[in-house]
Amino acid sequence: MSAAVDAPPRRAAWRVPRKALPQLAALLAILLLDRAVSPQFFHVGLSGGRLFGSLIDVLNHGAPVAMLSLGMVLVIATGGIDLSVGAVMAISGALAASLADSHPLPVTLGAALAVGLVCGVWNGLLVAWLRIQPIVATLILMVAGRGVAQLITEGRIRTFSSHGLAWFGGGSVLGVPAAVVVTAAATVLTLALVRGTALGLMVEATGGNARASRLAGIDTRAMTVAVYAWSGLCAAVAGILAAADILGADANNAGLYLELDAILAVVIGGTSLLGGRFSIGLAVVGALIIQAMNTGILLSGLPAEFNLVVKALVVLAVLLAQSPRLKALGLRRPGARATGATP
Amino acid sequence: MNSRLPVIVTTIVFLLGFAGCGLHFPHFASTRVVGNLLTDNAYLGVMAVGMTFVIISGGIDLSVGAVLGFTTVFLAIAIGRLGIPPLLAFVLVLLLAGAFGAAMGALIQFLEMPPFIVTLAGMFLARGASFLLSTQSIPVGAPLYDTLNAFALHLPGGGRLTFITLLMLAVFAGGIVLLHFTRFGSYVYALGGSRASTALMGIPVARTTIRIYALSGLLAGLSGIVFSLYTSSGYSLSGVGNELDAIAAVVIGGTLLSGGVGTLFGTFVGVLIEGLIQTYITFDGTLSSWWAKIVTGALLFAFIAFQRLMSGGGFRRSRAGAAAA
Repeated sequence: MSAAVDAPPRRAAWRVPRKALPQLAALLAILLLDRAVSPQFFHVGLSGGRLFGSLIDVLNHGAPVAMLSLGMVLVIATGGIDLSVGAVMAISGALAASLADSHPLPVTLGAALAVGLVCGVWNGLLVAWLRIQPIVATLILMVAGRGVAQLITEGRIRTFSSHGLAWFGGGSVLGVPAAVVVTAAATVLTLALVRGTALGLMVEATGGNARASRLAGIDTRAMTVAVYAWSGLCAAVAGILAAADILGADANNAGLYLELDAILAVVIGGTSLLGGRFSIGLAVVGALIIQAMNTGILLSGLPAEFNLVVKALVVLAVLLAQSPRLKALGLRRPGARATGATP
Repeated sequence: MNSRLPVIVTTIVFLLGFAGCGLHFPHFASTRVVGNLLTDNAYLGVMAVGMTFVIISGGIDLSVGAVLGFTTVFLAIAIGRLGIPPLLAFVLVLLLAGAFGAAMGALIQFLEMPPFIVTLAGMFLARGASFLLSTQSIPVGAPLYDTLNAFALHLPGGGRLTFITLLMLAVFAGGIVLLHFTRFGSYVYALGGSRASTALMGIPVARTTIRIYALSGLLAGLSGIVFSLYTSSGYSLSGVGNELDAIAAVVIGGTLLSGGVGTLFGTFVGVLIEGLIQTYITFDGTLSSWWAKIVTGALLFAFIAFQRLMSGGGFRRSRAGAAAA
């Protein structure tokens, strides 16, 4: 197994990277557990031109966190973290809901996405130009952002009736819920942008060793701003999906603590919080794992409060699995990281 | 080199802000307002003391708000439903919170994982545990609560220093002694400067780390007791987001989140500034509560940018910090 570090992965026509096995196995195990709890779990029906069933629910409700994790995984790969995504969700959702009934759909969506982009660029500039630690830089927007969102909604829950915006919550493409389609499209787009070009390599290099990357000619500042901007944009999309889902924007609760879910999804996906190697696909799988757990707990009839306790245990399990100390003991093979220094 | 400057600036900002409020509202500059300011933020102050230790050591503790929530529910159930004497319940919950913090510190130390993610798990666990105990707001009716809440030192001008205010001031005083005048305090600063060098100097890194998080957990539990006294009830959702308020107070108080630099006095002023913003909004009456968040965020940014400009020498270190965070 240690040869995996030197040898490039074989390019087969299809490849399931061996490192993806734990995550996929975990997802499968949780789905089977859900099936054991609720016999109808795998049943997918078609009603009114829309697929329905618990499995579709997992995809549909997992969409916002999956969206967030698309941006978060890149930020974490550069060695950063974006705590503000939940607040950005609230801002973009509030803006979309406020504009939806008075403006055409493209304007509404454009404004919501633009505000997310601005938030992301702001974070990126703080981190890349002012050299503020990422956790602090994004904390500013995490605290202030929810206030801004409440300013937009004037403290109320802003509802809307625009069919255009509502489509993102209730619409479907060939039976597949719109939120799932949007998230899938965003995943493909992110993969194409990052893995189809050298960008992914540059992000990994920035996270692995920023100084060496700069010397190698990578504009690490631009890369840093770009990943935070992407994270802001993804959060804006998640905010639109969340607002469309409930036909309204709740500045207090939209996206509350979802930044933590997104970080958890990325960590479950095997991306180290120390930066470097990352996997976009596995981050999305991580988001699905979290949602499959949530849905399973709901279906099992256990109080929803169990969610947090179960999540805590999952974090603990992932921590144990990723701990450098345990790896050093040889209990688990390291991905391909060699970090001597502790944070 | 100029590590005192941020604290001085923070203090000036607070005094200017207070003076500005005093000019704006005729009855603002009174011992009554100051007394209330301290009472309303007593729980935050107690929590921020623990957070200061953690942040100076280069860590972070996201679990404190959830521990506060757990404590209030635990106390409400222990005292109200089970009939445990309040003092015994206080001791039990402090032991529990301290052990919880120590466990997180042990995980951080022995798994070599970022404190951020370990205490995140702790936050989920503590919040989940309080949900499991009860999701309802439970009133606490105990004679001790009435006695403690009735107790107050009267100041000239109608102001009152309540029991929880005095408790907070005592915690700050104790914290200042512990941080600035004991060996443990020096270890905390050393850890924040550089973990590796600290270990090479022969300082017991593991024991110190565990004690720091145990202290933070203990003080989060104490802030839960303060909150329980303050509201005379227990609710599993109390303290949501308070970890952010505490971190903000510490940062506004001039403590560097990269560790190694900071004072408890600064944290105290940071808590006062956050309280002042709230009080201003209450006095104004037309401003909505969300302005508090926006102003806190703006202040946070101003202070962080200011520190960045001041610490010209921190250039290279911030790079390393950015890579490791």
